[in-house]
Amino acid sequence: MALNIIWYCLIFALFAGYAVLDGFDLGVGALHLLAGRTDSERRIVLNSIGPVWDGNEVWLVVAGGALFAAFPYVYATVFSGFYLALMVLLLALVFRAVAIEFRSKSPLRSWRQSWDVAFSGASILVAFLLGTALGNIIGGIPLDPAGNYAGSFFDLLNPYAILNGVATVALFMMHGSIYLVLRTDGDLRDHVKHLANRCMVFFVLMYVLVTMATLLYVPRMGTHMKHRPWLLAAPLLTLLAIANVPRQMTHKKNFGYAFVSSCLAIIGLMALVAIGMFPDLVPSNSTQHGDLTLFNASSTPQTLKIMLVIALIGMPLVSTYTIAVYWLFRGKVRLDKASY
Amino acid sequence: MDATFASRVQFGMTLAFHYLFPPITIGLGSMLVFMEGTFLVTGKPVYEKLTRFFVKLFGLNFALGVVTGIPMEFQFGTNWAQYSRYVGDVFGSALAAEGIFAFFLESGFLGLLLFGWDRVKPRTHFIATIMVCLGSHFSAIWIIIANSWMQTPAGFAIVGTGASAHAVTTDFFHVVFNPSTVNRLFHTLAGAWQAGAFFVLSVCAWYLLKGRDIAFARAGMRIGLIAAAVAATVSIVLGDSSARQVAYTQPTKLAAMEGVYPASGIAGLHMFGWVNESSQTVYGPELPGMLSWLIYYDSHATVTGLNAFAPQDRPPVNRVFQAFHIMVGIGFASFGLTLLALLWWVRGRLWTARWLLWPFVFAIVFILAANEAGWMTAEWGRQPWIVYGLMRTHQGVSSTVPAGQVWATIALFGIVYAALLVLYLFLLNQKIQHGPEVEHVSVPLQGERHPWDEEQDATPVLIGHQRADQ
Repeated sequence: MALNIIWYCLIFALFAGYAVLDGFDLGVGALHLLAGRTDSERRIVLNSIGPVWDGNEVWLVVAGGALFAAFPYVYATVFSGFYLALMVLLLALVFRAVAIEFRSKSPLRSWRQSWDVAFSGASILVAFLLGTALGNIIGGIPLDPAGNYAGSFFDLLNPYAILNGVATVALFMMHGSIYLVLRTDGDLRDHVKHLANRCMVFFVLMYVLVTMATLLYVPRMGTHMKHRPWLLAAPLLTLLAIANVPRQMTHKKNFGYAFVSSCLAIIGLMALVAIGMFPDLVPSNSTQHGDLTLFNASSTPQTLKIMLVIALIGMPLVSTYTIAVYWLFRGKVRLDKASY
Repeated sequence: MDATFASRVQFGMTLAFHYLFPPITIGLGSMLVFMEGTFLVTGKPVYEKLTRFFVKLFGLNFALGVVTGIPMEFQFGTNWAQYSRYVGDVFGSALAAEGIFAFFLESGFLGLLLFGWDRVKPRTHFIATIMVCLGSHFSAIWIIIANSWMQTPAGFAIVGTGASAHAVTTDFFHVVFNPSTVNRLFHTLAGAWQAGAFFVLSVCAWYLLKGRDIAFARAGMRIGLIAAAVAATVSIVLGDSSARQVAYTQPTKLAAMEGVYPASGIAGLHMFGWVNESSQTVYGPELPGMLSWLIYYDSHATVTGLNAFAPQDRPPVNRVFQAFHIMVGIGFASFGLTLLALLWWVRGRLWTARWLLWPFVFAIVFILAANEAGWMTAEWGRQPWIVYGLMRTHQGVSSTVPAGQVWATIALFGIVYAALLVLYLFLLNQKIQHGPEVEHVSVPLQGERHPWDEEQDATPVLIGHQRADQ
């Protein structure tokens, strides 16, 4: 059973890693049209994520693969249940990557502007759909007696889920704007700082709304914290991390710390979801089938053990070279011969 | 049944499109390692020029491979939910391992490969090239393990009954090294190496025919021909042992590959042909007893035919037969073409033999077709099973996804992928037309000093030209 709990944490950790990493490049994409006012500015914006977006997206693929291996019943139920939404998400990811690759291939103005809109629109759509999916999971979905999703596509577009979708867009926009401040200089940087301030306001507003909506409509998310008050440290630390973002951005002017705080805020929010849902992975809101939990939806202990060995060998290597590559590409973006 | 058909069409379509790119990524990645390695050993600028030029084409190809690959990782859950529940314990771990060991490695170092030329020393860049190449090979290893387990399942037990029955891993080692893994892995890799070699050969042969970038093109042809010869040999040897293993582990597939119907008898080999499935006859030139000999080294040995199996356990015969013969035909033709070109190279007449260079311009299309046909042979030949002998394909489909929704997403994928293919070919052509010409020597940007400046002073490193707007 300890293995199941470890994998529950690892799955959330992988999705948190994805949100921290792809979060900023989706945010940069969402802000692309606003941040870059000229072609060369847009090239700088695009090249700030150029060497890393691909690797960031791999976290989603690995998180999906790990979910398949550790909790095949969750993988099967959620992905077949959210069929159309997930397909739109996949197509948006395809389209976004295409836009990044193909924008620079022709100097034509109309060509570049079309791809700019595609890149930005797809980035917003991906963030929104990811948030909406998470909102549906948190809120619970109807399961039929066989454990399949029993609702329709339009049931997924309920107000609580949409609120989560918009909040995710806001979170990634804030995260991405701070990343851009770190990677740009001069006039563009001043402009991006203004954007970052607006994104922070947008996100804080959405954060308050989502928190209130969750407490009102999904009270079970707070049950564990009510019974074990020490768990309240998690929302408190998350709040501190969020509060530290504007503090670093506007008072301390330490943008590196602001970005770290933004990363911690994302991790904190994901931890809140994990704590609130425990031990559920897919709460059921029908009477025909119980929740899919980390106990009844998992692979066998044997497989979880093998997977843990694979993760323990693989993840330290992954962390090492991910950090190394980020270190090599640190500093301000300079357009050179190999740029997009 | 209708939803099963729709989901099969969607999976087949998205995978067929995806599988245009990984063979080139694997093969061209290996070619890049040879090219850059040769440059570091010999110091000849032409090899750096080759590396830099093909890295650009590699980047384009890789991007297409990644974006078409993401949907593959999720389609097991979306369209094959029952299959996912049934095999998740076994099959899922191979997919997750692929992500952790391969995808992170490839994409982590890809940025360095594409953008790191001016940021790290040449040797460090070479390490990045090797890592990307290794990553693509690891990816092949794990996905072939997963797929081979569907062909020849091993190291598992079935627990539960009825709808809750599912496979669980009992021996991970046997899951990984199931009977068909090793043969299929090296056969697939050899096909990919051929794709990489012929990709280089196609571009270089075209330059030679156009009379441009001659030194560059000759160097590329030399490396490409050597790689193609090695890969074709491995491909044929492993193809032979792979077919022999299929005879033992998946007799219905082997019988379909050659259209063998009699339950038991001496079987021949067709050069090509057409199978009439209702009259159970194959029309085409046949070498009598050859199949018996290839499998058992005895032209009088008996081969198990399709009639030894119940009709509902047989794969579609003509499709498998055609896919198999297309693969084998192209395999031997490309082997012959490679040998011929090697001979002309040794005789010193290759560079002017236009009649011999032209086929190389187009051969890559056939090599990719052979890679696709090989995969189709394997997957159609596995039917009607999704996991051979354990679960039928129609049992694996998602029960909650209506056929109409699948047809809708097929249309969407069709439109997006068609646009992707047009763009890919357009950009590929643009890069190839633009060519590898060198115009200026590397200058540090904005007064930055490179850590290897002193070394650079001794041997100026030439940089491939890119237009200012890129």
